[in-house]
Amino acid sequence: MNQYYLTHLQELEAEAIFVIREVVAQFERPALLFSGGKDSIVLAYLSRKAFYPARIPFPLVHIDTGHNFPETMEYRDWLVNELGVELVVGLVQETIDAGRVKEETGYYASRNALQTVTLLDTIEKYKFDAAMGGARRDEEKARAKERFFSHRDEFGQWDPKNQRPELWNLFNGRKHIGEHFRVFPISNWTEMDVWQYLFAENIPIPKLYYAHQREVIERDGVLLSTSPWLKLKPDEKPVIKRVRFRTCGDMPITGAVESEADTIEKIIDEVAASRKTERGTRADDKRGETAMEDRKKSGYF
Amino acid sequence: MNQLLRFTTAGSVDDGKSTLIGRLLYDSKSIFEDQLEAVQASSSKKGFDYVDLSLLTDGLCSEREQGITIDVAYRYFATPKRKFIIADTPGHIQYTRNMVTGASTANLALILIDARKGLIEQTHRHSFIASLLKIPHIIVCVNKMDLVNFDEVVFEKIVQDYKAFSSKLEVSDIQFVPISALHGDNVVNRSEKMNWYQGATLLHMLENAHIESDYNHIDARFPVQYVIRPHTTEHQDFRGYAGRVAGGIFRNGDEVLILPSGFTSRIKSIQSGSHLVNEAFAPMSVVITLENELDISRGDMLCKPNNQPQLNQDVDLMLCWMNQRPVNINSKFVVRHTTLETRGILKEIQYKLDINTLQRMENVDKLVMNDIARVRIRTAKAIAFDSYRKNRITGSVILVDEGTNETVAAGMIV
Repeated sequence: MNQYYLTHLQELEAEAIFVIREVVAQFERPALLFSGGKDSIVLAYLSRKAFYPARIPFPLVHIDTGHNFPETMEYRDWLVNELGVELVVGLVQETIDAGRVKEETGYYASRNALQTVTLLDTIEKYKFDAAMGGARRDEEKARAKERFFSHRDEFGQWDPKNQRPELWNLFNGRKHIGEHFRVFPISNWTEMDVWQYLFAENIPIPKLYYAHQREVIERDGVLLSTSPWLKLKPDEKPVIKRVRFRTCGDMPITGAVESEADTIEKIIDEVAASRKTERGTRADDKRGETAMEDRKKSGYF
Repeated sequence: MNQLLRFTTAGSVDDGKSTLIGRLLYDSKSIFEDQLEAVQASSSKKGFDYVDLSLLTDGLCSEREQGITIDVAYRYFATPKRKFIIADTPGHIQYTRNMVTGASTANLALILIDARKGLIEQTHRHSFIASLLKIPHIIVCVNKMDLVNFDEVVFEKIVQDYKAFSSKLEVSDIQFVPISALHGDNVVNRSEKMNWYQGATLLHMLENAHIESDYNHIDARFPVQYVIRPHTTEHQDFRGYAGRVAGGIFRNGDEVLILPSGFTSRIKSIQSGSHLVNEAFAPMSVVITLENELDISRGDMLCKPNNQPQLNQDVDLMLCWMNQRPVNINSKFVVRHTTLETRGILKEIQYKLDINTLQRMENVDKLVMNDIARVRIRTAKAIAFDSYRKNRITGSVILVDEGTNETVAAGMIV
């Protein structure tokens, strides 16, 4: 007698594939926001499964801050080739050069907040009407209330008090001209689910996620990689440590953790034993208690 | 490998729902150090002499200002046995709308009762919605047992009252557990103060609820979501129907009937990603190819010739109205049912239900937000449906306003 039920990973996969197909069926110009991080990598591989043997019927969109880890860029180009998918790049530098945003200065300078403008410009330029992202509800309290299909007004903004109710798996992607949707197919996944899935499916990931030797400084309890974009304080002395990254954002704001985990199995063990959230190493979330909620309202990822 | 269980929590303002969720997360070690530190800091800032676990589930700043929860929030935790998704719904204003939303995808509902108060109006309301949405399992948590001296008599009285009330509802699996969310009794760890209670802890119940039969594995239903045509030299003639199985089991070689056209064919292959599989069942997402080339598109449904859904333009629903603007008879909408979108008109309101007393009110000509009513709609195209009781996927619809594009109602097909 066969068992007619799915494991939690199989069920999450089936749900995400259903959502991705729903996007392609309901929208004219969908896109996948690709950051090079593990969540958007999972999304790209789920997209391949969703349409196999056809190619992924939408482009990957990378909002390039110019402050990426070189490993991320190398991986991105490899993946685009591997999946045979179109790549669209939005450059934050262009937004700065056009005078649309002003570069931050000082020790905590980051292009994180500037990305929002480039992202909205790119969505408008290519007339994307649905932008899929790898955000998960377990990441952050503002994300816990996100819908799978998240409606954005003509200014690209999120209104948490006026979200459409989302029932069963009946997704409502209807919108007026100029509005768009953000869609989060892996909403119900946790960090652990993502790692287990990467392992189960044998999906390659950027080397950054594995333990490696790196020159870092410690600032406010976070290990930051040295880079041309990180301005050191007079008392900050770079040291070499064996580290890995739990998330994959911009170099100046993404914290590393000391680690010996050089395989996915070891990373899974480490995540299981970890007592800190993955975003605990992100300087962008430490800009106040409602940092994510504020950024989301204005159109952030 | 472990399974996924989705549950909803319902409670009124002060019955300790947030504390219970905080307790489940904390005692199952799903809370991280930095989250706990933040909660400890907020607790002492508020002058509490204990760690207020309810703060763990606090959401947006606009809510914290008002000390309320405005919407459904989703929480996650896992034990070695299962992964859990909690749809945490607020108990106050807009309760019906939010509860219905949270309940729509749940396998199980947690109903909280304050041991000091016993059954109150909201208990009836929450239980009725759980039964209306056909949540297969209910666990009634009698909370705040510490405030009634862990008295067995109090617990037994509430159990008897609830059983008497719930005999009017359609829920087959109801369990009861006496707990103190604040102190952790019988939540994850057994209470030492209630030796008279021989049953399982709440977490044990959640880990062992029999969810294997929650999906319909009898009546084969496959709503076509998207047609895959690669147009490559390698897959020149490939034509696959992508979708998520809504019920029953589809196997290679099975004869299938396509609705609404009525054509029949046989299954040539079933694919899951790049793998060929022999069979597919709910809730798998697969691609099915057929022996014959037929004109099949999104919104069509594959089923078996000897087991067909109803195909009709007149559909009777239990409708939950979710929008600020009231609705009248003869209003028109967009109707979404599985992957089909069509237009519909509200033909008739048979009666409205008072969800506290379950009394029927007839001669109603409009519905306002949070009303639940039995109605009849007529759709522009015939839809292939089952009763919600038989299949929660092929038995549910949403109504969308044609002007604002908002989702305005949820319907369970009678």
